[in-house]
Amino acid sequence: MDLCSTITQTSHSPLPFHPISIRCHPHHFTAPGKTNTKHERTFSYNHRLTKSALKRRDRDTHSLSLSFYLRSKISQIFVFGSSSGNPNPPIGSDRPFPGAPSIADPIMNPFSSGTRLRDMIRAIRACKTAAEERGVVRKECAAIRAAINENDNDYRHQKRIGYLGLMLLLDERQEVLMLVTNSLKQDLNHSNQYIVGLALCALGNICSAEMARDLAPEVERLLQFRDPNTRKKAALCAIRIIRKVPDLAENFINPAAALLKEKHHGVLITGVQLCTDLCKASADALEYFREKCTEGLVKTLKDVANSPYAPEYDIAGITDPFLHIRLLKLLRVLGQGDADASDLMNDILAQVATKTESNKNAGNAILYECVETIMSIEDNGGLRVLAINILGRFLSNRDNNIRYVALNMLMKAITVDAQAVQRHRATILECVKDSDASIRKRALELVYLLINESNVKPLTKELIDYLEVSDQEFKGDLTAKICSIIAKFSPEKIWYIDQMLKVLSEAGNFVKDEVWHALIVVISNASDLHGYTVRALYRALQTSVEQESLVRVAVWCIGEYGDMLINNVGMLDIEDPITVTESDAVDIIELAIKCHTSDLTTKAMSLIALLKLSSRFPSCSERIRDIIVQNRGNLVLELQQRSIEFNSIIQKHQNIRSALVERMPVLDEATFIGRRAGSMPATVSTSSGASLNLPNGVAKPSAAPLVDLLDLSLDDAPAPSSSGGDFLQDLLGVDLSPSSNQSGTNQASKTGTDVLLDLLSIETPPVQSSSSPPDVLSSIQDSKSPVASLEELALPSSLSGQATTPVGAAPMMDLLDGFVSNPPKPENNGSVYPSVVAFESSALRITFDFSKPPGNPQTTSIQATFTNLSPNVYTDFIFQAAVPKFLQLHLDPASSNTLPATGNGSITQNLRVTNSQHGKKSLVMRIRIAYKINDKDVLEEGQISNFPRVQSSASMVQFGAVFCVHYYIIFLLGILVIEFLPLRHRLEGAHV
Amino acid sequence: MIHFVLLISRQGKVRLTKWYSPYTQKERTKVLRELSGVILTRGPKLCNFVEWRGYKVVYKRYASLYFCMCIDQEDNELEVLEIIHHYVEILDRYFGSVCELDLIFNFHKAYYILDELLIAGELQESSKKSVARLISAQDSLVEMAKEQRSSISNIIAQATK
Repeated sequence: MDLCSTITQTSHSPLPFHPISIRCHPHHFTAPGKTNTKHERTFSYNHRLTKSALKRRDRDTHSLSLSFYLRSKISQIFVFGSSSGNPNPPIGSDRPFPGAPSIADPIMNPFSSGTRLRDMIRAIRACKTAAEERGVVRKECAAIRAAINENDNDYRHQKRIGYLGLMLLLDERQEVLMLVTNSLKQDLNHSNQYIVGLALCALGNICSAEMARDLAPEVERLLQFRDPNTRKKAALCAIRIIRKVPDLAENFINPAAALLKEKHHGVLITGVQLCTDLCKASADALEYFREKCTEGLVKTLKDVANSPYAPEYDIAGITDPFLHIRLLKLLRVLGQGDADASDLMNDILAQVATKTESNKNAGNAILYECVETIMSIEDNGGLRVLAINILGRFLSNRDNNIRYVALNMLMKAITVDAQAVQRHRATILECVKDSDASIRKRALELVYLLINESNVKPLTKELIDYLEVSDQEFKGDLTAKICSIIAKFSPEKIWYIDQMLKVLSEAGNFVKDEVWHALIVVISNASDLHGYTVRALYRALQTSVEQESLVRVAVWCIGEYGDMLINNVGMLDIEDPITVTESDAVDIIELAIKCHTSDLTTKAMSLIALLKLSSRFPSCSERIRDIIVQNRGNLVLELQQRSIEFNSIIQKHQNIRSALVERMPVLDEATFIGRRAGSMPATVSTSSGASLNLPNGVAKPSAAPLVDLLDLSLDDAPAPSSSGGDFLQDLLGVDLSPSSNQSGTNQASKTGTDVLLDLLSIETPPVQSSSSPPDVLSSIQDSKSPVASLEELALPSSLSGQATTPVGAAPMMDLLDGFVSNPPKPENNGSVYPSVVAFESSALRITFDFSKPPGNPQTTSIQATFTNLSPNVYTDFIFQAAVPKFLQLHLDPASSNTLPATGNGSITQNLRVTNSQHGKKSLVMRIRIAYKINDKDVLEEGQISNFPRVQSSASMVQFGAVFCVHYYIIFLLGILVIEFLPLRHRLEGAHV
Repeated sequence: MIHFVLLISRQGKVRLTKWYSPYTQKERTKVLRELSGVILTRGPKLCNFVEWRGYKVVYKRYASLYFCMCIDQEDNELEVLEIIHHYVEILDRYFGSVCELDLIFNFHKAYYILDELLIAGELQESSKKSVARLISAQDSLVEMAKEQRSSISNIIAQATK
């Protein structure tokens, strides 16, 4: 069956062809310009008419235009077919449109549709409704189909046009394409080599995976066809087939190897290309070609490189550069990772690299490919020097194309010989400032790779200097790269802060969020630079208010370290002294909050900064309150809420304000960076001895426990230490029973998931947003101040009194029991489990004994027994544990803090674990033991996952319900706690 | 591999498109719009390569027409420039000092020549002469077929009169 008819017959909708696919090639429908016959003129007239009709009419124009275009298209095929051969085709009958198939016999009357086209336009314009119009179009389409069907035979020789249309209109994703498989198969077996060629071409350009599978045997056979032109087409078809279906690769290995022995350049080029693709698709093929063909290929390349002048293939004095390049490419694939094959090609590569003329593009293309091959194959020092020299020559070339490819290649060379690339540093840096965006981009990436500890300062300076003058569209890339360089190589903190401030003031709007978050972490860590930084930021803010991220960092720093700004604390020698009054500092924040370019985040941060300043500068308190009050009517809920809350803090809660707005505790840099990199921070060991005991028995807010928490959280779920909840209870001095206990969990887990959250206080919904907080706040007031309740904590009796009563778990269960429809089965209650050795090292053994309180399968009581295996006495023994989010852990005080030597005694400590996912997830725990041997700190860590399994008795549904309630409460209370509780109370270890 | 070939005039009119990788119509129009925006605005002295969506577009301007080919990152850009020039030379030889109008009115010829040069986004022939030979052989075949048919149609036409 003929192609044309195949396509048209398949779609019986009024739109036989995909409309857009036709319109996207408008030039197809331009009438043939050489209007030497009357019919072609008519034809172009039709086109004009069509277009004008399209313009006038907007309803249904798509289907209309389609119909016209389709008619034109078919007639056009006819025009191309007959214009030269038949200048005077007979004029056929003049039946009125839209009567019987008037164009159904194009042979008899191929162009009569011209006059009738006008009638048709008229008919369509006369239509009253869209439905009528569609009727007309449908009739027209029927006429076209009929025309094609009746004249099937006459289109047989029009395969060329048919294939052209096929390739232009269809692609592999259209299902219609399936229908031509059979036609293609017939044509692949056709006796005429040109028709075979057409079919191969179509197959190679648009075949889908199924067609590839179906027609692979034909292509395989055609690879041995007598005509070289067919062989080369078949080779490229084979490439398409193995790209679509890599499994078919092995069928082509042998025929492809045969093609490599050809003399015909076309066949050779395509054969080499096929082999390259086969090597990529299958390791077997690679092995086969490496063994059998390397020598032959080297010889072929030698022949081509040394061949005398051959006019047919000559380009700029070089015989067939295309063949050169493909051979080099295949040799690269074969030589990669194989020393023997690489050895074989050394000589010829050296010859190509030295003998090829480099004054024309063709020669440079070969050199470029040759350099890449030298860089990729197994090491040969001499060749690599040669290659780097070629690149150096390229780099100093005046032609931008050559410089571009040189930069491109140097990026690959840097892994081979960084030293040699460093020599071109100055030139590369010049390329960063080139006027050509492509070259700039390449050069910037290369500079990024070139930077190391020794050259980071001058290079960064150059880049930042250039940042000032670079194009707007380049600034984004450039800023990202500079920030990344600064973060990666900064030799000292002050340099890091200085450079970041420069970048922020030049291109603060292009700086990504995580970059300035990281800057804040660094600033908060550099305690000796706080004063310097805040003053530098203040100065920078005077000039660049429009740089959003600069404003944010400055606002945050002024909020935190505002007093240092006023008092010139920690003045460095390099600084110029400045005098800033308290109201100046407030002014600049007011500027930030009122600036129209500031977005929500900046404004929210400014509000927090103002709240903090109100405590730092009591004299400005009233003014700050005024500014805050101005936002009370803000349209953005977030700001409105904050301003109302902050206002009430300033107005009514003077007594707690100073405690609320204390400086943020320092965040651990390594953790932050590790978290950003998404990798586990491997810095836990640095924290040894960090958790010193405070008098009140709360762990010091050092970086170390945070590391632990995050460590776990990256592992699996965020790790809470649920007893934080107990402390919260104590802190608030009220018995909030289950919910406050939960809030501890939530707050701790939040710490795990977003370190910056509380630091910046941005995304967190503000304080008084839930129903319960008012109680909490009032209870804070009841107990006079949080400090007071903290002091209560200091009393061990208070701690143990609270901790030993199962306040946390039991009421929680009461609450949840409401949702449990069938009570837990009795056999789980009070079961006895074998004791396990939870942890054992050369110096210490921990044994866990389990028991379950009756009626409460979710809770497990564990008695931990610590035994000293070493001959030394352990003092200041502290056991700490952390569990994932779904668990709650309660640690009772240990029996002693001194562990006698060699098992002469032991310490016991009770733990209570509540598993909120009881039956679904088993217990898991990460532990850390710190103690002192002869006043030397020792730290041991481990993970316990060998808890005995407990069978589930509650159904999944129950868990679902329990879960929802659970998390809702967590959410409500978490909100409260996050804002009010300084970080130091989040972490907990049981202290002896 | 070459993913597509575009011929765009200096006014941004598309003269020829050939897609070797599947793109939907929507993507095609988007690609055309994006690339003509990028390429037509580049200055004459700049390099002939544009990095675009993880690919590279190699373009070269001949008179008022930009020839663009989109290739993979690791392909040889200089060679693709040579392929473009190769195509232009063959067109030139076929049409006899080719101009944009030749390609507008005989776009199908331009496609035929391209099909003799590239299949599946890979070069198939490095000899201009043999491409020219193949094209003229097929042209003459078609001519013969046309003559034959027109004579048949004449016969039928007369018979039905």
